[in-house]
Amino acid sequence: MLEGDHGPAIALSMRIITELGRIRGAQDLVDIESVHIDGCIFYGQAGLDFAQRLVQLGGQVRVPTTVNVGSVDLIHPSLILQNTDKEKWVAQGGRELMQAYVDLGCRQTWTCAPYQMDSRPDEGSHIAWAESNAIVFANSVLGARTDRYGDFVDIAAAITGKAPRGGLHVNANRHGDVVLDCTSLSQAALQTDVTYPLLGYLAGAIAGTSNPVLVGLPSDVSEDALKAVGAAAASSGGVALFHVVGRTPEAATLAEALGPNVNAPVHHITAQRLNAARQELSTAREERLDAVSLGTPHASVDEIAQAHAATAGGPPMAEGVAFYISTGRSVFAEAKTRGHVAALEEWGVTFVLDTCTYVTSILRPGTRTVMTNSGKWAHYAPGNMGVDVVLATLEECVNSATTGIVTWDRELFA
Amino acid sequence: MSLVGWRVTSGEAQAPILKLDEPISFWGGIGDNGEIIDVHHPQHGAVVTGRILVMRSGRGSSSGTYVLAELLRLGLAPAAIILTEPDGIIATGALVGAELYDVYMPIATVSAADYELIEDGVEISIVMRGDEAVITSIA
Repeated sequence: MLEGDHGPAIALSMRIITELGRIRGAQDLVDIESVHIDGCIFYGQAGLDFAQRLVQLGGQVRVPTTVNVGSVDLIHPSLILQNTDKEKWVAQGGRELMQAYVDLGCRQTWTCAPYQMDSRPDEGSHIAWAESNAIVFANSVLGARTDRYGDFVDIAAAITGKAPRGGLHVNANRHGDVVLDCTSLSQAALQTDVTYPLLGYLAGAIAGTSNPVLVGLPSDVSEDALKAVGAAAASSGGVALFHVVGRTPEAATLAEALGPNVNAPVHHITAQRLNAARQELSTAREERLDAVSLGTPHASVDEIAQAHAATAGGPPMAEGVAFYISTGRSVFAEAKTRGHVAALEEWGVTFVLDTCTYVTSILRPGTRTVMTNSGKWAHYAPGNMGVDVVLATLEECVNSATTGIVTWDRELFA
Repeated sequence: MSLVGWRVTSGEAQAPILKLDEPISFWGGIGDNGEIIDVHHPQHGAVVTGRILVMRSGRGSSSGTYVLAELLRLGLAPAAIILTEPDGIIATGALVGAELYDVYMPIATVSAADYELIEDGVEISIVMRGDEAVITSIA
């Protein structure tokens, strides 16, 4: 492959994969079964140059490859603001970049939640996924094996079908390093949606880039809740794998999750810590609500159904509030079939496809205070978008949207 | 001063050192003009362009590869980077810059002990000899 027998795009990609393997001290390369690309968000000319170079060299992906959100909603292009020169540049470059990845043979998934689609990686399979929430979900919930991949390496892996055998591809690196003991939390807390992004936020802050193990969660905790844990833990820290004892594939027992790390430190997660974490993440000072943003990572069909149920039969949305749900095309189509989309749109929801409200200009100018049920959105939006946030339950988001006043219970956990 | 470290990426450089008190994330930490824009960083406002950037490790988002490749495209990148441990994000940015723009920015690692010997502001040269990086101060 390196010599160019398979064409110049494979040779270029192979140079990057083998050099990265040498630098990381990987013993050899591993064949991978799928790739999820994160390099399709437009950050500047170099990213576009790289993708277009691969296209010019005749590059094509060798394994099934999904793409993360881009910088443009290709289905609803008018949602993307193009008022400033920078917004115009991002919209134009973003569109060209997304086209280049289509030309390279990627499926047009445009979602940060490829694990909500029909074909998912098998437990134990090696994959090369990029984007922190997709990585942590694939490792933790699906039990697939991916290291932390990022821009450029993701597409190089897709074109070669190979990745360096290191990091979380190696079983010895997959044991838990630190325990979060949640056994003191009440049943009510464990049934509350916002508990899970908060647990993720604490797990990331405590574990950093190591592997946290959560003990004391219900054995039937939903995939949506685990998605929220992972996304938040990969935002406040660099977590790429967590275990939930009794729920996730490599953690039937605490002993299995920890392996040789029997003396891993234990942190006790209390109701007080959850309240404190929520106040840390909630920066809003204003009472007036400008917007609600759900769907980071992209909403599942169940989450859209829950939003439908929470709004059905209740009061209408208040004047001046915008309510966004970001999701992927395939989930959107399914939610549409089930009647959720029409009902939510009627109530005033704007669905955002192919992209996300925190990576591109969608929020209206003048938006100051946003409520979200996502720990990841709450972590990044103040810096990325310059807005203040409240991390809230779905119920608090919907109720506040109907009054136009930010309302949340600071002592939710008792 | 003369040290031998390890080659991460190939290339050679001669320039004054900018030694950072803390690691910087290229993503969100260095602007597209080569200036350190992270307001929490002790060397906020310093310019990395044309300097041999010395810091203990890499840091931050994998989108840092984009920022470094963009700096190499614009001719605003550091002349070289010296770390104490290899960093995949920084290395990938340099590999892509070499592929796309024929700019070969050397990256080397040195031992923690040798790291302490490297002083801010001193002009040094860095050349690769096989898998070794030879780092020498210019009298």
